[in-house]
Amino acid sequence: MNYPGRLLITPPPPGGRYGAFGGTYVPETVMPALVELADEARVAFADSEFLSELAELQRDYAGRPTPIYRAARLSAHAGTEVWLKREDLLHTGAHKLNNALGQLLLARRMGKRRIVAETGAGQHGLATATACALLGLPCVVFMGSEDMRRQAVNVAKMELLGARVEAVESGSRTLKDATSEAIRDWVTNVRDTHYVIGSAVGPHPYPWLVRTLQSVIGVEARQQMLEQAGSLPAVVVACVGGGSNAIGMFAGFLDDPMVRLVGVEAGGRGRAQGEHGASLSLGSPGVLHGANSFLLQDEDGQVAATHSISAGLDYPGVGPEHAMLRESGRAEYAIVDDVGALETFHLLSELEGIIPALESAHAIRWAVEHGPSEPGPILVCLSGRGDKDLDTVLAAGPPP
Amino acid sequence: MTEVRELPNRVRSVLQGGGAAPHLVPYLMAGFPKLADTVGLLLAAEAAGATLVELGIPYSDPLADGPTIQAAGQRALAQGMTVRLALEQVAEARAAGLQIPLVVMTYLNPVLRMGLMEFAERAARSGVDGLLLPDLPLEEMAELSSSAAEFGLALNTMVAPTTPDQRIVRAAQVSSGFLYCVSRTGVTGSKSGGGDEATSLLTRSRALTPIPLALGFGVRRRQQIQELAGLADAVVVGSLLLEVADAAPDPAVAIFEAVSALAA
Repeated sequence: MNYPGRLLITPPPPGGRYGAFGGTYVPETVMPALVELADEARVAFADSEFLSELAELQRDYAGRPTPIYRAARLSAHAGTEVWLKREDLLHTGAHKLNNALGQLLLARRMGKRRIVAETGAGQHGLATATACALLGLPCVVFMGSEDMRRQAVNVAKMELLGARVEAVESGSRTLKDATSEAIRDWVTNVRDTHYVIGSAVGPHPYPWLVRTLQSVIGVEARQQMLEQAGSLPAVVVACVGGGSNAIGMFAGFLDDPMVRLVGVEAGGRGRAQGEHGASLSLGSPGVLHGANSFLLQDEDGQVAATHSISAGLDYPGVGPEHAMLRESGRAEYAIVDDVGALETFHLLSELEGIIPALESAHAIRWAVEHGPSEPGPILVCLSGRGDKDLDTVLAAGPPP
Repeated sequence: MTEVRELPNRVRSVLQGGGAAPHLVPYLMAGFPKLADTVGLLLAAEAAGATLVELGIPYSDPLADGPTIQAAGQRALAQGMTVRLALEQVAEARAAGLQIPLVVMTYLNPVLRMGLMEFAERAARSGVDGLLLPDLPLEEMAELSSSAAEFGLALNTMVAPTTPDQRIVRAAQVSSGFLYCVSRTGVTGSKSGGGDEATSLLTRSRALTPIPLALGFGVRRRQQIQELAGLADAVVVGSLLLEVADAAPDPAVAIFEAVSALAA
């Protein structure tokens, strides 16, 4: 089968700016490396050899294109037609491999000999460790010790693949702190190391680079909807932590003004600071990890603690393009809490025989809640599978 | 009404025209080891012979800092340190007789949260002389630069061993104080600050700009400082002093002794 490897390749935003958001707020030591990365990515995305190598890996190694699936029983339950973009079927079980494969090919092009990454749920760390094994590059993954506890299976998998998993004990011992530690490692080893950031966050060019590599989700899904559903979706829904699966999905539909774009953030246990991860819905503008975007912070500008039952959404920041889409009104952002995500985890398992990642369960929950008032079709990005979450879900008790 | 400081460039002037030995610049963390230690430690550093002092205002996610300064910042925050309180403590130190120029080192987000203008005004009114923000690169500096200038604050810029020559020139042009040279690729408290990377960066910088050069990150020993004579105008020592202050029964005495020993 011919697979052209469909990325939506746009020029990088001038100055790395998304309206008032984005930018490059990092220590001077890595500034030249960011310039090099932006230049290299621009050249690579115009190089047919690079693109065909990536496309071949996406097809033969990762399993692209991933299907869209009309979830009949879920649709009946939701009262509207729901389609799922099956990124859970991608190799390693989540959309993260789209980004890791592309960045690893770039790292090799730049002659980097060592890879570092951060991970929350472990899916990005797993994807990076996988791509490193594939290309024979040493890999260090920084992971908060709290997340290592929550995602022990992914830790074991990364180690099986030859990666070293470094426990991060600072701060909240979750994704935020793992990201800070990965950046510190990169600052120290920048000459021979590439930092594979896992979401559409961070200093320019990362938000643009990750979005471009994840745009394969939206570009495929748009064409598949036209072919299989016979129309564009009325609504596209994706969960938003840092926002990489969402921005990749939205990228395919931004120029279709009739398609409503909905990002779903983690409502956690409540609306009080520290109880959720809803940076866009409940945060304010600020700078974290190299970019100006929406941020959960206190009145002194200190970054706030967060909570979500899903490690991948347990992050106080969000990608700058989402901040711009929210400000412009092109996309809207909603909240689903822990309980809703857990219920939906069980619901999709029972109705469709698909165990979703807790992150993705947030997005599906939105479709279930809004189905009765939505003519549809609703297209949901099922960003990953839920094996990694079994311990968390079982610990939460039997389905309601 | 805003009070305009009489000596807007004393951060630069105090480091210029020194002798052969580099000035020692102690770095202290506001609210560390105890919340109320700041004023006493600043005065101790001055009494021990420091001609300029750097005061860190803690931030939850300090990307340029190693474990020692991270942990000190976390503790200061847990003890209740804030941007406002740190600036109040600077004003207290001035009222208690602190004379030497003081440069605040912090990160962009707490400054943005207060507002660039309000921060610059409060800092200047409190007796701060200059600013150093390691996560604010040249590309993003214009707005803070004009706020700082309006209130007579010296905005210092940073260069690293990875910084190309033309960027060093730009950093020197943007700086209204000193040029902070990062001794090696890495974070504060790195094991081997100095060495060939530092020498090479200082030599390159000296050939490109006449403004004072301060070297920092990983400097811990008097011998390292002496070896930088003729290369650097100032040397910043941070992590070591925080360790010393934390381990001592009387942090002010310990800072006095440690700074005296390094500056001798």
